[in-house]
This record gives sequence, C-alpha cells and structure tokens, in this order.
Amino acid sequence: MGLAFGPLALLVVWQLASSIGLLSPQQLAAPWTAVTTGYELMVTGELLPHLLASAQRAYLGLAVGVGLGLVAALLAGLTRAGEASIDSLVQIKRAVPTLALIPLAILWLGIGESMKVSVIAASVFVPIYINTHAGLRGIDQRYVELAQTTDVRRAEFIRRVALPGALPGFLTGLRLAVTMCWTALVVLEQINATEGIGYVMNRARDFGQTDVIVVGLVVYAAMGLLSDGIVKAIQRRALSYRKALGS
Amino acid sequence: MTIDRSTNGGRTTASAEAGPSDVRLYGLTRRYDDRIALSIDELTIDDGEFVCLIGRSGSGKSTLLRALAGLDADVVGEGQIAVPHARSVLFQDSRLLPWASVMTNVTLGLRGRAAHARAAAALQDVGLAGREGDFPSALSGGEQQRVALARSLAREPQLLLADEPFGALDALTRLRMHELLRRLVADHEPTVVLVTHDVDEALSLGERILVLDDGRIILDHRPRTPFTHQSRLDDRRLLLSALGVDEAATALREVPA
Repeated sequence: MGLAFGPLALLVVWQLASSIGLLSPQQLAAPWTAVTTGYELMVTGELLPHLLASAQRAYLGLAVGVGLGLVAALLAGLTRAGEASIDSLVQIKRAVPTLALIPLAILWLGIGESMKVSVIAASVFVPIYINTHAGLRGIDQRYVELAQTTDVRRAEFIRRVALPGALPGFLTGLRLAVTMCWTALVVLEQINATEGIGYVMNRARDFGQTDVIVVGLVVYAAMGLLSDGIVKAIQRRALSYRKALGS
Repeated sequence: MTIDRSTNGGRTTASAEAGPSDVRLYGLTRRYDDRIALSIDELTIDDGEFVCLIGRSGSGKSTLLRALAGLDADVVGEGQIAVPHARSVLFQDSRLLPWASVMTNVTLGLRGRAAHARAAAALQDVGLAGREGDFPSALSGGEQQRVALARSLAREPQLLLADEPFGALDALTRLRMHELLRRLVADHEPTVVLVTHDVDEALSLGERILVLDDGRIILDHRPRTPFTHQSRLDDRRLLLSALGVDEAATALREVPA
C-alpha cells in the first residue's frame, strides 16, 4: 500500500488538473478518459493484434539477445581465448547506447522486422553478458579447489559448478533484459511499423488522440512490469536453495 | 602419483600409475615471499597410518597438507612427493555446493554405474540416509561436515587428507564426529593425515603425532600404549611443551576427566 501512494497521488492530481481545465485534452487526456478509451480498444479487439505484434518483436529480440549474451559470457568466463577476444569488445559495445546503432542497423538490415529484432537483441545482450560474466568470475575459488580434489572433469565442472554458480548473475541480467526489450520497442516502433503499440501511438499523435497515447504508455509499462514479475518468480524458484529450512 | 619439482615453481610432473600405497617426501620446501613455510628433509607415512599434524598458526601444517593434496601448484618450492593416487580432502568448511542436493554433492566427480550406490552407502555410513534430496542449507553444521565426510569416503581414498575438519563445530558435535571418524577409518582403512591445533583432538585420534614449528617437524611421537590416564597426561605434557606452552598453563589444564 505504501508503494502505491506515489502513483495514486499523481493520478488524483492529474485527474483534478484535467477536470478544472488546467490540462487541456490536446496536451494530455484525463486518466478517466484514457481508461474508457483503453477499455473500448480492448473490447472492440482493436488493441490485441498490436499488442501481439509488439510482444512478438520484444520477445524474439529478447530470445536472440539472451542466447547470444549467454554464449558470449560462457566463452569469456570459461576460456582464456574468449576472455581475451570477447570481454573488451563487449565493454566497448556497452559504452555505445544501443539506440545509437539504429542508423547503422537501418543501412544494413533495412527498416523491416529483422532490423527491429536485431536492435532489441543488441540491447538485451549487454545486461545478460555483463551479469552472467560477473557471476562466473565471482564463483568461489574454494569450489574450484573442491573440483580439483574430487577429480571433476570439465563438462561436469561446467554443469555442476560454473552454470549454477553463474545463475544468480544471469537472472539479474534477465530481469534487466525483459524490461529493456520493451523500452527499445518504444523507439523502434516509430520506424516504418504498420502494427504494434508504438505504431498505434504514432497514429494517435497525428490525430491528436492523447488518450490513445496514454493507453499505449500504460500497455508498455504493464508489459515491462509483468515480464519483470515473471522473471522474479523464476528467480525465487531457481534460487530457493539459498533458503535455510532448518538449523 | 609422484610429483617432482626440480626448480622454483617448476612444472609438476605426475605419473599416471596408481602410485605407492604409502606417503614419502624428500627435501620438501615451500616458500611464501622468501619466507620458508615448510622445510622437511624426509618423511614416510605408512599405509593405513593415522597421523595428526599439530602446530601453531603459521607452523606449516596446512602448507604440508596442501602439498600432499596437490593443491599448491602456485606455491614456490622444491622436493619430491609420492602419494597414493586415490586421495580425498576434507576441508574445514564442509565445502558443499549450495545449489546441489546432498546426493549430487556426494557423487561429485564420481563416475560409473556404481557411483550412486557408493554415495548412498557412504551417506548411510555417516547416518544421513534419507537426506539425499535435501539442500545443504537445510542441514546443521555437523550434518554438513558429515556429508563432506561421505563425499570423501565414497571415493574410497587410500589417503584421506583433513584440514582442521572439525574446527568450526561445537565441542559436543566435535566429539561425536571423532567417534564417527574413528569408526569409518577402522572400516575403510585409509591412510589419514589430519591437521589440527587441538592437542586433545590429536591425542584422541592419532596413532602418530607430528608437531610442526616454523616449517619443520620438531617432534614425531606415537602416543604411549597401553592407554592409561597417566600415559595420556604424559603425552599431553610432551606435546604442549613442544608447542611452547609452559608448565603452569599445562598444570591448570590437568584436571582429571
């Protein structure tokens, strides 16, 4: 309840400002108008195809980015050659804002879906790589020593020690990544899209429908939070071994 | 397995054969930043012997144990070590993988079809049958150390190396662990080298006690038999004086049990 106070207070002030005419509908629609508009868009089935199109882009990009980030982190964390060749490159890539890659991505891949998915993948790659790599690097030396004395071979070391040891870092990266893939979408769907939440918002701007723009923002926020919540639940389950049950 | 070290930090060469059944060292030195941590001319430990290494902090007892375990590849030193190939180390912390079940921890590194059965038997041996699926965090400190003991036993070591394995346990649990270790060693008959800083632990477990000081073995003692109250007191006084604890302090602790 305490956490909800800020957002609720903002809603009240916003609704009041709209009601007494301080905020004109041309600038920003009243919350209540946005709610009814959102409800209508949903009931008429207008919103759903756009939501699905956006979700497909976001999660396709997420899947590609997570896969590449994970493989790169494992190569860098477990092999000397990987560390030497991959890590510094990623550190440089990290310093470049992903959205700054859009002009180049358009030249290489055009303005279609592959460009959008690629840019999303590139943006989620970084938090996945950084956190998984840090997790691998942070594995307790004592376990490496244990592996030495128990005659553990490389494959078993990776499966039993390296991967589970890096899992907390990977999941932290994944939480950042699931919200990030939706963030990237906001910008990408302004470029040559014929469906998607961003497309709906762009069209609404042309017609001055501020209520639809607000609905789009709410959908983005909801999808980001929902994704984060799902990963949080996975995190709780996967790391449940940390909970002390007895002793 | 034989490990030769010709020069400073030289590569260790390990032969693939099963190795001797006893432990032999010649001219073993280990240095940390020019400080000599270990300097042993010659040491032989017979097959099946239970040896306790005792000494103050920095006396070199852990350095010797790590050399026997082959865990000191990054330490500068010379000398020759011949140890059985089937070695197992019991650390002071139980060193269980927190994300793996008790069973997975015990089978770690074991191969072949019999691995699971051997691990189950070892868990039975340490009285933890039925806890195979638990995570380490669900176990008490003593139980965690028993899992570590099962992990060591399941690989049927010829040489069991233990670095203050009960140092982190409370006194009562420690006594129970002594009892358990004695029984298991009697059953499995490995050679044991156990590091401790506790004279009473050394006396109650060891057939042979080596006192280290400043990297050297200054006393090589077999507790007197038959065991009597008086023989225990004499042994105790001998070890304590070797460790530099004066008579007054010794006398204070000589309260009959």
